[in-house]
Amino acid sequence: MKVKVLSRNPDDYVRETKLDIQRVPRNYDPTLHPFEVNREYTRALNATKLERVFAKPFLASLDGHKDGVNCMAKHAKSLSKLLSGSCDGELKVWDLTKHECVRTLQAHEGFVRGIVVRFCGTSFFTAGDDKTIKQWKMESPGYGEEEEPLNTILGKTVFTGLDHHQKDGVFATCGQQVDIWDEQRSSPIRSFTWGVDSFSAVRFNPVEVRHHVSTTLRHTHTHTHTHTHTHTHTLYSFSMFTLAYKVFIVSLPDAFKMDCLIFLCLTSLYTYDMRFLDRPITVHMDHVSAVLDVDYSPTGKEFVSASFDKTIRIFPKDGGRSREVYHTKRMQHVICVKWSADNKFILSGSDEMNIRLWKANAAEKLGVLTPREKVAVNYSQKLKEKFQHHPQIRRIAHHRHLPKSIFHQTKELRVMKEARRRKERNVRKHSRPGAVPVVSEKEKHVVTVVK
Amino acid sequence: MASPGKASVSDSHVGKKKKPPARYWQEETDGEKKGAEDGGRAAEEEPRTQKPKQEEHQREGKRFISGKSDPFPGPAPIPEDRLQKFKRKEKTKKHRRQHYKLRDIITRSEEASEMAQKQAARFDILLPEDAGFLEGDEEEDTYTISQEDIADAVDITSGAKYFNLKLSQFGPYRVDYSKTGRHLLLGGRRGHVACVDWQSKQLMCEINVMESINDVKWLHSETMYAVAQKKWLHIYDSNGIELHCIRKFNDVLRMQFLPYHFLLATASASSFLKYLDVSVGKEVTAICTKTGRLDVMCQNPHNAIIHLGHPNGTVTLWSPNQKEALVKMLCHQGGVRSVTVDKSGTYMVTSGMDKKLKVYDIRALKPLQSYFLPAGASCLSLSQRGLLSATTGDVVQVYKDVCNTPVTKPYMAHRVRGTAWGLSFCPFEDVLGVGHGDGFTSMLVPGAGEPNFDGLDANPYRSAKQRQEWEVKALLEKIQPELISLDPCELGQVDQATFQQRHQDRVQALGFDPLAKEKFVPKYKKKGRSSTGNVEKRKRQVAHEDQRDIIKQTVEDKMKMEKERKNREKKKAKLSGSRSALDRFKN
Repeated sequence: MKVKVLSRNPDDYVRETKLDIQRVPRNYDPTLHPFEVNREYTRALNATKLERVFAKPFLASLDGHKDGVNCMAKHAKSLSKLLSGSCDGELKVWDLTKHECVRTLQAHEGFVRGIVVRFCGTSFFTAGDDKTIKQWKMESPGYGEEEEPLNTILGKTVFTGLDHHQKDGVFATCGQQVDIWDEQRSSPIRSFTWGVDSFSAVRFNPVEVRHHVSTTLRHTHTHTHTHTHTHTHTLYSFSMFTLAYKVFIVSLPDAFKMDCLIFLCLTSLYTYDMRFLDRPITVHMDHVSAVLDVDYSPTGKEFVSASFDKTIRIFPKDGGRSREVYHTKRMQHVICVKWSADNKFILSGSDEMNIRLWKANAAEKLGVLTPREKVAVNYSQKLKEKFQHHPQIRRIAHHRHLPKSIFHQTKELRVMKEARRRKERNVRKHSRPGAVPVVSEKEKHVVTVVK
Repeated sequence: MASPGKASVSDSHVGKKKKPPARYWQEETDGEKKGAEDGGRAAEEEPRTQKPKQEEHQREGKRFISGKSDPFPGPAPIPEDRLQKFKRKEKTKKHRRQHYKLRDIITRSEEASEMAQKQAARFDILLPEDAGFLEGDEEEDTYTISQEDIADAVDITSGAKYFNLKLSQFGPYRVDYSKTGRHLLLGGRRGHVACVDWQSKQLMCEINVMESINDVKWLHSETMYAVAQKKWLHIYDSNGIELHCIRKFNDVLRMQFLPYHFLLATASASSFLKYLDVSVGKEVTAICTKTGRLDVMCQNPHNAIIHLGHPNGTVTLWSPNQKEALVKMLCHQGGVRSVTVDKSGTYMVTSGMDKKLKVYDIRALKPLQSYFLPAGASCLSLSQRGLLSATTGDVVQVYKDVCNTPVTKPYMAHRVRGTAWGLSFCPFEDVLGVGHGDGFTSMLVPGAGEPNFDGLDANPYRSAKQRQEWEVKALLEKIQPELISLDPCELGQVDQATFQQRHQDRVQALGFDPLAKEKFVPKYKKKGRSSTGNVEKRKRQVAHEDQRDIIKQTVEDKMKMEKERKNREKKKAKLSGSRSALDRFKN
């Protein structure tokens, strides 16, 4: 007779002393772990609920401006510095870690229209309603010294936007025309005008510029955008050198090779592939009022938009609906928004003179995470992703509390849209087949393309 | 020993001096020698060109500074059966051109799961314990080996696992082991309840409820247990203190605890199947089965479906989400005496009054095996590794591999002192607990228990702190009773809308039905040409117009194939050449 009976030595399974950690032998046999899908689903549901519980995005409000915040700029080298310009021409430099203002200067008379930090981080440019562009030192003046710009350029017209090249001493402004300036000269090296339109924003392409440093001019022009208050959304295409689009405002992803642009018109945002400007890749809809500013996250996967409807929303790059909406009772029309360079925070400047600091991921825990916390966070993230399409989980994950006015406006817009759709459907139903084609949402917004 | 190959090897060892390991700075001086060697090797390798991967590894192996190459290139091979054990599902078919993003996501997730599968299979080799076994000598049947012999043959700790408890006073006993297999609960018919840490033989509590007891069951941990008493269901803690008396649950005869759902399913004499959520203490559902007294019950551990056996020979499957039985199977000619399901949810074993023992594939709902037991089996139990124990009167028999191959002899047999009333294998141990009229017997059944437990799921060696933590985690991931269904993986599958659903959505979106065909309405003709007969005739002319071509085609194809077949047969007959005298009558 040969016999063997299971006989475990408890010493192999129990810790030796109290100072040891507990032994946890594992066996991954699927039959020992029944209901794995159901249990994972339950975990995902719990993780989703907890995410909503911990979603507290608002961190701080920076107050000190005496008028609405009109523009902001991130420091090129330092994460903790933020520059903001207000409607009374005042410019403030903030320390974000301490939540306090470290420097105040009266930059312009009238609005500060644009601020941009030079790529080296030692100086910054401001453009204002007083038709001047000023270059300032980043360091605050020493004791007894007066706040004075390094350089002042007097322009002919009011400037509405400003951007600096990523590598070279070249910057661009816009207003009635688009000007390309050399830092060393007091007159623009190149100016462009198209018709009677004025321009509201100008950006250098952060990617292409690096590839073609010698042909800066061309790239500058391809990314200049005009502004319109009309509802029509016309795209103009002139020569190889000049492309202009009747749209609102532009921001470019830093990290993205494929050139995407975001245009905003009234309530929707449009992402274009820059090579094919006849139709947008994605239409981002959720705002109920005009969008005033956008900024890409440094990863290029998401962007944040500021709107006149007193909210800021975060959209995925290729999603039509926002994943997050931030609002507070006190926040008024949001004029400018920035995504911090460490991908963790969002800054919004609004009408009621405050700059607000938000978390980019509302439920994220700030500070140092222990390895086990990190593992748990990653695991629950993956679970949420896996079960995101289940109705109950989706309902919880998508639910956001909205201010009453926005809630009702959204509803109203939905009803209007549905009515329009119904009408179109009825027209299609009662006309010759093919006479009323189905126009996709993307195509609907492009009226004409003028070559 | 004296094979030619070996001799040559030893020759080379003797003849030449052993080369010192090559150094990287010596590479140039050794160049020509290496070249010659390479040439030789190239000639050798030529026929092996179909294994480029291995060669690559070898080349990589050469990159060692010492010049040695890896004798086992590439990742370690994994046996196919181990991989199969951890396989979750088949790979999904992907459209080649459509949905490139989705395709990418699917590919990535499949890669990840494949990696997990391989890792798990590799880890499987490292598991510390091996399963038990019992082998007789030549011409010796294992069922003739007595428990005493086994207990003598094995080590002292295992030998101590064979014991008898003489409890003749409150006779026959129901038995339940806790989920970790550490604790034993005994419930005597005449009111005696005892819970024991059976390995250390420590008595945790002992009470007499002064009422008849129908069944006892541990709840999720060893701190609480439920007792089905004469009138109502009671819940006690491990000190014997009554925590609850649940009057909604009356006349309970059998109970099953679903550990991942925290549900206590009870079957009563009034033919009610009720579910109690023990985490919140609420009744989830009460189903009137309308099938009389319910005293045969078991659960499917794979999908938490309750199986009930009935006096008319049927076995019914129940979930708390449906008031009707999911499945009704006629299993026996007489009444069903006992039912049990294995842990993978594949096999169901039933025994009935017709003295038969039947094995069913519960996924396909088909019978697999049928055995005849002269005395009939009153209690059945399946172990974690698939051993079946059956009691006939006071004899306990254990069978091996009943499900797949027909078995003639039992694996083990043991006679207990009274008629067996409760039977249960201990999880993670080679032990079978039998409750009978004269107390309780713990039998050694080598090869019954799963040798390697998972510490995060059911750890027999857990401390109180670990148990508390496990309890919190288990409660957090309590599965809702709504998720109980025949296929537990249903939740992870893509919910594909039926064609009808999609069509309905499309109709709603478009506002009209694009697939609708207008009914043919014959034109009205004058001069009596629209008589009923004429109209019908005209209708017939266009009837099934769309199908006509298809039908024509299929008929033609069929005829063609028939012709070909005939031709082939003719040829065959000709080729075979052996024409018999009767062939002339064939046309």
